Amino acid sequence: MVADYPQGVDMAAAIAAGFVLDRRAAVPKLIGRHEDFLFVTGLAGTARDIAALTQDGAHIYTMAGAMGGACMIGLGLALARPDKRVLVATGDGELLMNLGALATIAVLNPANLALLCVDNGHYGETGYQKSHTSLGVDLERIAAGSGIKRTRTVASEADLAEGARMLREGNGTAFVVLKVKPDEPPSYKRNMDPTSCRVRFRGALLGTA
Amino acid sequence: MPANRDNSVRWEDELYDLLRRNNVTQFAYVPDAGHRSLIDRSLADPGVHSVALTTEEEGVALLAGADLGGARAVLLMQSSGAGNCINMLSLIKGGHFPFLTLLSMRGDFGEGNPWQYPMGQAVEPVLSAMGVICLRIERPEEVIPTVSAALTMVFQGGNAVAVLLTQKLLGAKAF
Repeated sequence: MVADYPQGVDMAAAIAAGFVLDRRAAVPKLIGRHEDFLFVTGLAGTARDIAALTQDGAHIYTMAGAMGGACMIGLGLALARPDKRVLVATGDGELLMNLGALATIAVLNPANLALLCVDNGHYGETGYQKSHTSLGVDLERIAAGSGIKRTRTVASEADLAEGARMLREGNGTAFVVLKVKPDEPPSYKRNMDPTSCRVRFRGALLGTA
Repeated sequence: MPANRDNSVRWEDELYDLLRRNNVTQFAYVPDAGHRSLIDRSLADPGVHSVALTTEEEGVALLAGADLGGARAVLLMQSSGAGNCINMLSLIKGGHFPFLTLLSMRGDFGEGNPWQYPMGQAVEPVLSAMGVICLRIERPEEVIPTVSAALTMVFQGGNAVAVLLTQKLLGAKAF
């Protein structure tokens, strides 16, 4: 019998390590009403998570390169628009590429910014090689050690409600790790042209390109 | 030291005022002696966000996010920081984001530290390769007209521009 998860993944080991939730169900549950947020996403998995959730809406800016930039794009947007809630949804690999951003964000601590790391412990886009979070690195502790005061790891259905509340409320930046199975994100064909996505986003938010 | 200290102080203050008049409200930087005046004034200004970075590439992404929200930002860095930005500039070039950076140069005119030369000498070819237009400033009286031109090129022309504050302007460090 052929496994129904990506080739090369040791799913039993991943589940034993706490990567249990199905991202296709857990991400929408955690976010809830997506229209309440402006989104910046990482490259592959999270771009597809959020594009599928919003039908590639004009309130999302998804990346397909410039890895390591998602959190800081979110910070610039959150500082520019304190009247809006900004949610950065990115993967463990993308976040690991620029951990210093957590320190930079913690110092500013904007209350309208939330960071969601969809952590599957793997680099899904390049063939599901294990990432550092499968090898002992704890992103919530890194975020807390960076100075972000509101942090949470969501690893089971029971944690989802509290994680969802943190993304939406609070007097400082929130950081939530959502641990998920190393399984395929939703298949969704999003707009991958960075310029037209910029124009679309600004047009919807500002009424101008 | 710069040839004329009084002249230098004047352009530094005028430069901050020029950026503020042009609605720049996010100042991102890795601490640097060459940008001390701009950094200190941004920290003291309740009307702007002063964003200390751990590495310069964070600033590239921050500027793009500011633009998505309709705000204007500037990245202040040393020449060595240009190298830390290169792949992140894919975001700027690919997305046609307006991008303004002011670089204080090392590894050029009169530099005594051999470690500063490789990146200092590579700033212009490397930034140019990523689509960033480089404007060099060597004399105090060029600062305000050049940065004014850069502001127009970036926020009206929709370009990426680096203004290089050279060691002829700033003075070479002795170490």
